[in-house]
Amino acid sequence: MRYTLFILLGIVFGIVMYKAEAASWFRIYEMFSFQSFHMYGFIGTALVIGIVGLQIIKRRQVRDIDGRAITLPPKQKSLSRYLIGGIAFGMGWALVGACPGPIFVLLGSGLYAMLIVIAFAILGTYVYGIIRSKLPH
Amino acid sequence: MESLSAPWPWYVGGSLVAAIMLILVLLGRYFGFSSNFRTLCAALGAGRHCSFFDYDWKAQRWNLWFLVGAVIGGFLSANYLSDHHVPDISATTVSQLHRMGFASAGDAYYPIELFDVWTVRNIAIMAVGGLLIGFGTRYAGGCTSGHAISGLSDLQWPSLVAVAGFFIGGLLMVHLLFPLIFKS
Repeated sequence: MRYTLFILLGIVFGIVMYKAEAASWFRIYEMFSFQSFHMYGFIGTALVIGIVGLQIIKRRQVRDIDGRAITLPPKQKSLSRYLIGGIAFGMGWALVGACPGPIFVLLGSGLYAMLIVIAFAILGTYVYGIIRSKLPH
Repeated sequence: MESLSAPWPWYVGGSLVAAIMLILVLLGRYFGFSSNFRTLCAALGAGRHCSFFDYDWKAQRWNLWFLVGAVIGGFLSANYLSDHHVPDISATTVSQLHRMGFASAGDAYYPIELFDVWTVRNIAIMAVGGLLIGFGTRYAGGCTSGHAISGLSDLQWPSLVAVAGFFIGGLLMVHLLFPLIFKS
């Protein structure tokens, strides 16, 4: 069954985020205070490998496991939604010290306070769904 | 085993996250974690009265399995792959945080004053933080994984705007609001 593959990838992701400290509130605070290279190095390494890897996949027209052509969905053209939405998320990221993935990694590590964050994040997404037609996109 | 239980350097973390993103692409998927919040809303039945959640969320079940894996990964890391893991944050950061009332800085993985002490202020911080994360990621159409890793790797300019937004928001929070929230 393929879902075991996704669980396995998730486990590796969880271990990486925890062990390389991207799930540490202290590291996020340190990043936004420009007091260490750690998180910049983390994201920068991921980007260099990600850009090169995706270019190779695209240029060689690699197909996915089901034989379909690989196309990443292009993002909608807009400024306001990315800027305003991005700022809102950035404020939450700095406050909680974790982005969505690490929130669940920390829950698994035994930090049960994350259940509150998760419940309100689901509520926040729901609020967006309700009022999205009134927001600039 | 020594290297497994020691903290992993940033280049190991960054490389492995990129590898996970590329493997997901080869599996015909897209690395984006915050979509799970929308999927959970849809699975809880929000689609009955809100069209944004009325879609085939079951096609996104793979991402929920990935989420389950992330929780298990956190459990394994904290219980079997670490021995009191303390991030080696800079001395400047430690002394700054000590002055802000975080005595656990430099001595713990996360600030225990914030997450292990159930005051009204702390619960409010987690609630507001959660709301901003859930609302902001969906408004921006992605989080650190969908925009900063997947979108930027695909050289999409909307992701660059979003990541700029993430940083503006983070800087506003840490430099303007933290002094008001965390008064020692």
